[in-house]
This record gives sequence, structure tokens and C-alpha cells, in this order.
Amino acid sequence: MMRPTRKLFGWLRRIAAVSAVLLAVPMPAWALIEIDITQGNIEPLPVAIPDFVAGSGSEAEVAANISNVVEANLERSGLFRPLNEQAFIQTITNPDLPPQFADWRVINAQALVTGRVTRLGDGRLKAEFRLWDVFAGQQMTGQQYFTAPDNWRRVGHIIADAIYERLTGEKGHFDTRIVFVDETGTKDSRTKRLAIMDQDGANIRYLTNGRDLVLTPRFSPSSQEITYMSYGSGEPRVFLLNIETGQREIVGNFPGMTYSPRFSPDGQRVLMSLQQGGNANIYAMDLRSRRTTRLTNSPSIDTAPSYSPDGRQIVFESDRGGTQQVYVMDANGGNAQRISFGEGRYSTPVWSPRGDLIAFTKQLGGKFLIGVMKPDGSRERILTEGFHNEGPTWSPNGRIIMFFRDVPGAGGGPQLWAVNLTGRNERRVPTPSFASDPAWSPLLN
Amino acid sequence: MSGLFPSKSLLNLAVVLLVAVSLAACAGRAKQADVAGQAVPGSQQDFVVNVGDRVFFSVDSSVLSATSQDTLRKQAAWLAQYPSYQVMIEGHADERGTREYNLGLSARRGDAVKNYLISQGVPSNRLKMIAYGKERPVAVCDNESCWNQNRRGVTVLSGGAGS
Repeated sequence: MMRPTRKLFGWLRRIAAVSAVLLAVPMPAWALIEIDITQGNIEPLPVAIPDFVAGSGSEAEVAANISNVVEANLERSGLFRPLNEQAFIQTITNPDLPPQFADWRVINAQALVTGRVTRLGDGRLKAEFRLWDVFAGQQMTGQQYFTAPDNWRRVGHIIADAIYERLTGEKGHFDTRIVFVDETGTKDSRTKRLAIMDQDGANIRYLTNGRDLVLTPRFSPSSQEITYMSYGSGEPRVFLLNIETGQREIVGNFPGMTYSPRFSPDGQRVLMSLQQGGNANIYAMDLRSRRTTRLTNSPSIDTAPSYSPDGRQIVFESDRGGTQQVYVMDANGGNAQRISFGEGRYSTPVWSPRGDLIAFTKQLGGKFLIGVMKPDGSRERILTEGFHNEGPTWSPNGRIIMFFRDVPGAGGGPQLWAVNLTGRNERRVPTPSFASDPAWSPLLN
Repeated sequence: MSGLFPSKSLLNLAVVLLVAVSLAACAGRAKQADVAGQAVPGSQQDFVVNVGDRVFFSVDSSVLSATSQDTLRKQAAWLAQYPSYQVMIEGHADERGTREYNLGLSARRGDAVKNYLISQGVPSNRLKMIAYGKERPVAVCDNESCWNQNRRGVTVLSGGAGS
């Protein structure tokens, strides 16, 4: 059971584009409703989220939009069941006043979220929300945020994260983005572009124009950069791209194809494979000194490296034993140990941000599966399986795994999907076209 | 590459080789019928139609079959006869593998083709190699009859008097 112990009220949450101020409310004297998100089969918590109130008439639309973003996020997590507003009895007109709890109890709302959006004299929006425990008749948390009007979606995500954290005791994953490869055209003539969007599919933006084939984008944990592989003139190579400025540079000066890049947890290094004849070895490049270090040296394909969150170990795949399997080595390349021993092939390992699990793709019996195992290879669990599932990426709180699923058929193509760590609540992630190689950003706020 | 049952790999290998040979034969016949007598000796079309520009691989393998070696010997002989061409070897994998590994596997295939051509006397400075992983399939159905066409090494010509 994850019981929130940290005081949520005692600090000011500062983020780049949205400033937050705590709403003055009394601390709850005892623990209120909470959600245990470690269980496989939980009943989603019934929550009522009436449209946020408009401070004046002109904010009605954005107020409703923000509360709709909150509601959609909570619903998609699988942990909450937003109630139909047609069942609501009380109309919230002043969110500063305690609601008529009896009106919300009778429709079985466990939690109630109220809020208000006001346009300030300087043009900014002020968004306030309060989370109420309906059956205890208490406010659980409340905050207000100030932001530019075109940032309203982020405010919705930040409020949803605050609600998620208050009710589960863990950080949320809503104020995050996904970088992925957008795919258009027929199967034998695909155009691939790097694209970035909010985790719910909104605010999509294309980072490359499709002229060059691009693959496997990954976020920096600490800057507005991604690393990815691109074809172009000459050898295909690993690049860095600043997603704000568009500035692009090649990572390293290697005598061959480099691919499968991934940042270190401190953002200072990039791991990648260098193809050398029929073999691939893993290298690390320090982005400040530009120094490169060879980490593996075997007559095999060593690729898909991923650091542990403490930076002390690296998980990767290698066919040094005959078929693709997953290995863990020290960050300096020593002491490589195979950890995957189940039936089938194991590939694309990614270390959980919590450090406790490694997600992987597994090929068995003509199917492609997504699973997790502990870093010592024990306690393998398969989360999804089918014709083709590949390339897991973790939500920053380590609770959700996103991956791509290729759909067979002449008009088929890859789509993004997400599944909870429990294997439940599998959902498609909306994208405008076919999409592959997703990577989840850190929490932005 | 993968996607088949390891326990049946020998059987599959045999099937794959048969299919690959018969497909190559079909393609050759079809093209020869279409362009009967039109491929100018020494042209890229001549290379594709009368020599064969590609070899095929079995699942998760970069081993050159006897048929592939035969094709590559003919390629080397043709390239010796027409020395003005530069060569880009493309390594490819089928869709039944993961992206990163397939880049490595397709490079391994391209490297095998390149090394074989060098062993047959093609100067290495005429040869370049690029690995496409599973990114450039030529056949798009969702079964082995397409996948075995995509596990390939293609010898692409540039320059040359006939181009």
C-alpha cells in the first residue's frame, strides 16, 4: 500500500512555463481515500470532475477544456472512472466553498475535483483546483497555477498529476511528452519523420521533414535534446537534435554505421552501437569531452544498450551466445552476465526509471511479446503478446510501458500502445499516422 | 530474420532455400520475357536480368548459400568485364526481427556479400556497403513467401558507361 507521507502542501511547485501557488486549505488530519496501484486488478476509483467554473464568461470554454484534459488523463490511466456529468446533482458555482457532499455521495463519487479558470489583467490564465474526499467530507489538496493562455493543456496535465500523486502516493506521468517515428506511405515505401507530442497525443510537432530515414529517437533526461539515428549522405549515424532550436549534430566520429543510441541518466553520455564488419560493439561517448570508450568487444551484434538509473550498470542485447539474449554489464564494460534464460529470443532491454525492472521484447513461437524481468533475470512477466509488439519505453514513474504494435495486412502498419505494469489497461495511443519507436520523456514539471 | 521456430530451423532452412531459388528463377524468366533481347550488354539492366543483382538469406543468417555464391561469382566476373561501375551493396533484413538487431544483421549480410566479391577479385575501392535493417522491404505480405524475399543483399551499380 502506497500511503502518501510527503507533505504536499509545504512547497511551491516551480516549473518552466506554469507557476503554481498553493491554495490555502487546512491539512487533512488523517489519511483519506487512496489508491493502491501495485495490485493487478483494481476497481477504478469513481471520480466526479464537473467542468471548471469560468471566472468570467469569456473563460468558459478554456475552463471546460482544462477539466476535460484532467478527466481524460485520469480515465486513461485505468485507475479512475470519471462519472457521467448527467448524473451530477449539484452544479458547482463557487469552487471556494465546500461542495454539497451528500449530493456527490448519492451518485457514489469517491473523489470530486472542482476548479475555476480566470483570465488576469496581464492576459495570463489563473487555474485553480481542489480535490475533495466525498465520503470524508474533506479537501485533500488544492492549488492554483498561472500560465499563458496557450499553455492550458499543460495546466490540465499538471493538475491531473497533482491529483494522481495525492491519491496514489506516487508521481504522475501526465505532464510528459512522447517522441516517436511518424510513418506514412505504403509498406514498401515508407516516409519516416521524427515527431513529438504530449503523452495524450495532443500538440503534435514534426522534427524532421521525411527526406532522410530516421529511427529510434530517445529523450535526454536533462535537456531539450533527443538522440536518434538518421540516414543521409554517407554512413547512417547517431545524431543529437535540440528540439527547441532545431540544431543538429553528429555524435562522434566513427568509421562506420552507428545506431541504437540512448542517453545516460545524467544526460552527459550517449551509448550506441558501432558496426564493424559483421559485428557491432557498444561505445559510450562523453558529450563534454567528446571522448569515446569502447565497452564491448565480441564477435557478435551487441546493441540496444540502456543504463540503470544509478548509471552503474548497462543492460544490452547480444547474439554472442547464438541468438539474441539480454545481458547486464558494469558501466565500464566489465563483468557481462547473461540474464535472460527463458524460451525464445530477448531484445531491446530498457531499464525501469525505478531501477527494479527491465522491459524487453521477446520473440517466441512466431509472436512478439513485451515483458518485464528483474535485473537478475528472475520473475519474468509477459504484459502483452501478438503478431508484432516491439520496443518498450517506460513512463517516468515506472508504471506504464509504451511500445509499438505492427498490424498485419496490406494496409497495416505500426501503432503506439501502452499497458500498465500489471498487464492491464492496454490502450492505443492516438497518433495521426502510423507510428513506431516511441520514447517517453521525463516528467516536465 | 527470426520469427520461425528454432526447433524447426533445419526444415525451414531447406524450405527457404527452395523458395528462394524458385522465386529467383521466376523473376528471371519474367524479366527475360518482358525485355527479350533488349538488355544491352554491359548495362545495368544486363546486370540485373542476366547476372542477378541480389542474393537471399535464411532466417537470422548471413551465410551465403551455394546459389548465392554462384550469383556473386557471376557478379564479380561481370564487374571485371565492366570496370567503370561503382558498387553499393545493400544489406537487408525481413520484418520479423527487432529494429536495432536487424540493422546489425543486415550489415552482417552486406559485409558477407562485400567480402565474397572481394574474394572473387573485385577491388575493395569499388565497393561500398549500407545496411537498411528491416526498413526497405520489397515484398509486403505477412508470411514467409514475402519475408524470404526481404532477407537479401542487393548489388546496386552506379556510374559506368552504360548508365
